[in-house]
Amino acid sequence: MTRLFDLLLYAFTWLCGLILVGAFGTLVVFLLINGLLALDFELIFGSTAIGDALFLKRVVIDGLLPAIVGTCLLIIIALGTALPLGLGAGIYLAEYAGKISKSFFSLIFDLLAGVPSIVIGLFGFSLTLYLHKHFTSIMPCLLISGLALGLLVLPYLIRSTQTALEELPTTLRLTAAALGADQAATLRFVLLPQAVSGIFSGIILAIGRAAEDTAVIMLTGVVATAGIPRSLFSNYEALPFYIYYTASQFRNQQELQRGFGAALILLILCALLFTLAGLVRKKVSKRLMAK
Amino acid sequence: MKRSVRVGRPLVLAATAVGSLLTLAIFAFMMMLGRPLFSDHSLNLLLTQAWAPDRGLYGIFPFICGTLSLVGLSLLIAFPLSLGNAILIHLLAPRRLARFLHQTIKLMTGVPTVVYGFVGIFFLVPLIREWFFRGSGMCILSASLLLAMLISPTMILVFLESFAAIPTAHIRALEALGGTRRQKLVHVILPGAKTGIITGLLLALGRALGDTMIALMVAGNATAAPESVLDSVRTLTAHIALVMAADFDSMEFKTIFACGIILYLWTALLTLSLRYIHYNSTKLSHDQTF
Repeated sequence: MTRLFDLLLYAFTWLCGLILVGAFGTLVVFLLINGLLALDFELIFGSTAIGDALFLKRVVIDGLLPAIVGTCLLIIIALGTALPLGLGAGIYLAEYAGKISKSFFSLIFDLLAGVPSIVIGLFGFSLTLYLHKHFTSIMPCLLISGLALGLLVLPYLIRSTQTALEELPTTLRLTAAALGADQAATLRFVLLPQAVSGIFSGIILAIGRAAEDTAVIMLTGVVATAGIPRSLFSNYEALPFYIYYTASQFRNQQELQRGFGAALILLILCALLFTLAGLVRKKVSKRLMAK
Repeated sequence: MKRSVRVGRPLVLAATAVGSLLTLAIFAFMMMLGRPLFSDHSLNLLLTQAWAPDRGLYGIFPFICGTLSLVGLSLLIAFPLSLGNAILIHLLAPRRLARFLHQTIKLMTGVPTVVYGFVGIFFLVPLIREWFFRGSGMCILSASLLLAMLISPTMILVFLESFAAIPTAHIRALEALGGTRRQKLVHVILPGAKTGIITGLLLALGRALGDTMIALMVAGNATAAPESVLDSVRTLTAHIALVMAADFDSMEFKTIFACGIILYLWTALLTLSLRYIHYNSTKLSHDQTF
């Protein structure tokens, strides 16, 4: 009986492992086979000369450059707005909040973390509609998308800041207090410098999230062809949307190839960011262990 | 330094307040824009009717069915798969292989959903079409398989965390009594990780409910309620993405706010249940220690 159970358990778990890793491996290999050949300068710059494209002398029409630039701008806007809020709220929850306000606010931020990204996109869109009634010039645009993405990554930033501060050893706080530092000085000169890599790994994950999300930007102003955006209030292209759009609207083999190239680039980008965040995180836990 | 005390606290409190207000504003905005839908009569129609704008029917019932069938099937696939993987990594695999599996699964949580959708369209959908000789291949089954792949890593990581949190004393005690591996799994690990297993399931459920891209790209977006796993469906999330009608006063357009509100409420309910479970389990372990 025990032998049979062990045998079945072995067979079942190994099968599960094989299926999952096999599926992931298939995905990666499939993208590599179809996308690797497309990866070159032409994929990004199209038929435009690289110099002309980079200095905005000529518009890149058949390359990924506008989409890549769009995604980078989105990341900058999203992190630029969410970072101060996320750091502030994280510090408040870890250091200042009383028991009741802490559990209240962390419930609210848990709710925010659970909101599906398409609903955040819908919020951005409704906000645009509302603003449009009062200022007719406001349409779905780069700025709105960036702000909505900021709201999407906000809970990640809050939680990573809060955990990074809370997992610091109590001895640090005691030592600082014994040396006569008040709460603010302890935070500024002792705790934050110690927590910085933990916070940093949260930021990297937030960048990855902002780079890959498609649902939010779909509702707030991304388009298939816009070129490099000229202002915060114009339409723009983005890498994940390009992938989605190509999958349904490609007209010839060449466009499909570019879609594969874009998917491969996005996958590699996210994997790199993810690994980087993991390494930073590992460094932190090693240092904490040493203490 | 005195100044930083005075400035610091209000500043971080303000950041917290702004973040919280935004969270509530999401809900408030959807309620405001979807308000015309909430008279008793039309709410009932909205939730029970079929979707056929040409006949004046604007019910989102088929999309609720679509979402639930997709999420249900993906959990049915992902739950045993995740439990098997977690047991393999925690208990059975040699250490180095277990580490490799663990790292790979961590990496999988970073795969963009649009990439899953893209590979789904060009790899999985043709395969399903050939295997079942029916339809376009864009169906509940294809989308569920991809969704299962999306949510499994989350579930496995939560399971593993809860396996690791089981007190070593319990395991040592069982080993000292000469317990078998089966007894260890059935009598110590699985019961001890019950809360973690439920947590992982609920988190995965939330992720599957909220996913847009896989459903939108691979599930086929048919507007009728599904009858088999090879039927196409449209989910609530995909409906929001698809109906961006130019006419903002149309009934069609208003339904997307109903979808948004339903999704918000469902995920809020999940968050609250997670909180409740967590609260109960910490209280319990507290009672045991003292």
